Amino acid sequence: MEYAIELENVRFAYHDGRPALRGVSLRIAPGEKVALVGPNGAGKSTLLLHLNGILAGQGRVRILGQEVNGANLGWIRAQVGLVFQDPDDQLFSPTVFEDVAFGPLHMGLPEAEVRERVAWALAQVGMDAFADRISHHLSQGEKKRVAIATVLAMKPEVLALDEPTAGLDPRARRGLLRLLARLPQTMLVATHDMRLVAELFPRTVVLDAGQVVADGPTGHLLTDEALLEAHGLESPYLSPLP
Amino acid sequence: MHIHLLDQYHTGRSPVHRLDARVKLLLTLAFILVASLTPAGAWPAYLGLALLALGVTLAAGLPPLLVQRRALVALPFALAALTVLFTTEGRPLFTLSLGAWHLTASEPGLIRFLSILLKSWLAIQAAILLAATTPFPTLVVAMRALHFPRLLVAIIAFMGRYLFVLADEALRLHRAREARSAVIGPGSGGSIAWRARVTGGMVGNLFLRSVERSERIYNAMLARGYRGELRTLSPPRLRPADGVLGLLFVTLLALIALLGW
Repeated sequence: MEYAIELENVRFAYHDGRPALRGVSLRIAPGEKVALVGPNGAGKSTLLLHLNGILAGQGRVRILGQEVNGANLGWIRAQVGLVFQDPDDQLFSPTVFEDVAFGPLHMGLPEAEVRERVAWALAQVGMDAFADRISHHLSQGEKKRVAIATVLAMKPEVLALDEPTAGLDPRARRGLLRLLARLPQTMLVATHDMRLVAELFPRTVVLDAGQVVADGPTGHLLTDEALLEAHGLESPYLSPLP
Repeated sequence: MHIHLLDQYHTGRSPVHRLDARVKLLLTLAFILVASLTPAGAWPAYLGLALLALGVTLAAGLPPLLVQRRALVALPFALAALTVLFTTEGRPLFTLSLGAWHLTASEPGLIRFLSILLKSWLAIQAAILLAATTPFPTLVVAMRALHFPRLLVAIIAFMGRYLFVLADEALRLHRAREARSAVIGPGSGGSIAWRARVTGGMVGNLFLRSVERSERIYNAMLARGYRGELRTLSPPRLRPADGVLGLLFVTLLALIALLGW
């Protein structure tokens, strides 16, 4: 069986020697939607950066059966759409159009197809009317949508999102949830938003101190109070404060 | 909360607004070149340039006084030219005595100094007109199309994108400091040295945040296939009207330049 994402004993330490990932193994089947939860500093963002070779430690990372290495980075990055937490980092071009066109252009696509893909990707996230706008003038929710469009335009098989709902008001959050529910790609989403996890992801992976400490059906994990408590998480189902 | 300190673009549908940004950019550069190369004391040429700038301002539907007043920002810089007043040979006008120093202003010196003031004021007007009638992203595309150095254009594009983000960050830092700067009586607020240290810390903080942000932006670029070479779509074709307007403007400029010599 070919997995969409396959990590085998991935280890990574930052320059200062601080370990961020301490032997992470993970297999995600094509089309699966998986939540990645854990306290700050658990290594969630670091893990996502391994999926398209921006960071590379020890161990193996395979995307759609291909091992990530220096030779196939271009292909890998077209397969894995990575959306960063702060849309101001993701949207670095003067206009929305240019930002969404960045990925397809750097994939070497002809101009006509680039324009087509930009229009298609913006329509996917309901932002078609914003192509000529300046990113700075968008609301946080609009920026998040455009940020997702910037990777959709590359037609990736896998979406890796870092905190997609952080900093959104309830309405923008709801809109984003609907958008994520509609997208067909394989998804690995790092988040603190436990209600998002409960609503959207059948499977949850708990990461703490650079290790996978739990991996299973979301409904099962989210009722395991002891597990949540031990890794600084909370259940989305309200319970009285102790 | 956002800062829009550079958003001086005024929306409009005037012929000046609609003129292709490449043509506008070249004409602006030509105007500045003519203004700076016109010899000192060529008053009729200056008048011609001023009228040309005024004509474009009116055609663009911008308030002339606003453009002319904003162009005054150049004056403090032009004061650097104050020395020509005293270093140019010619009929003496007056003498300043600063202790042992005697500075004698000459008539040709005065003419040169006033010319420099006027010329910089005119040149800035042209730059303001360009910025006020051309959206920033369009200007960046125009620079690229005109084959300005790619690295320079990329830096300008990033600056345009992140200046606001940076200014917002500075504003938040400033507010955080204000919120903790209670005044409870005389003597509170700390010494100047202490305040300078706080401000220095804030500047350092802003710098570190920017460095970290630049790393994240670079990662975001890598993630979307950037391999060290920026690619862009080819710019739209020029319309005949752009050429005609551009030619008309260049002819006027040439006439004014002749007036100066």
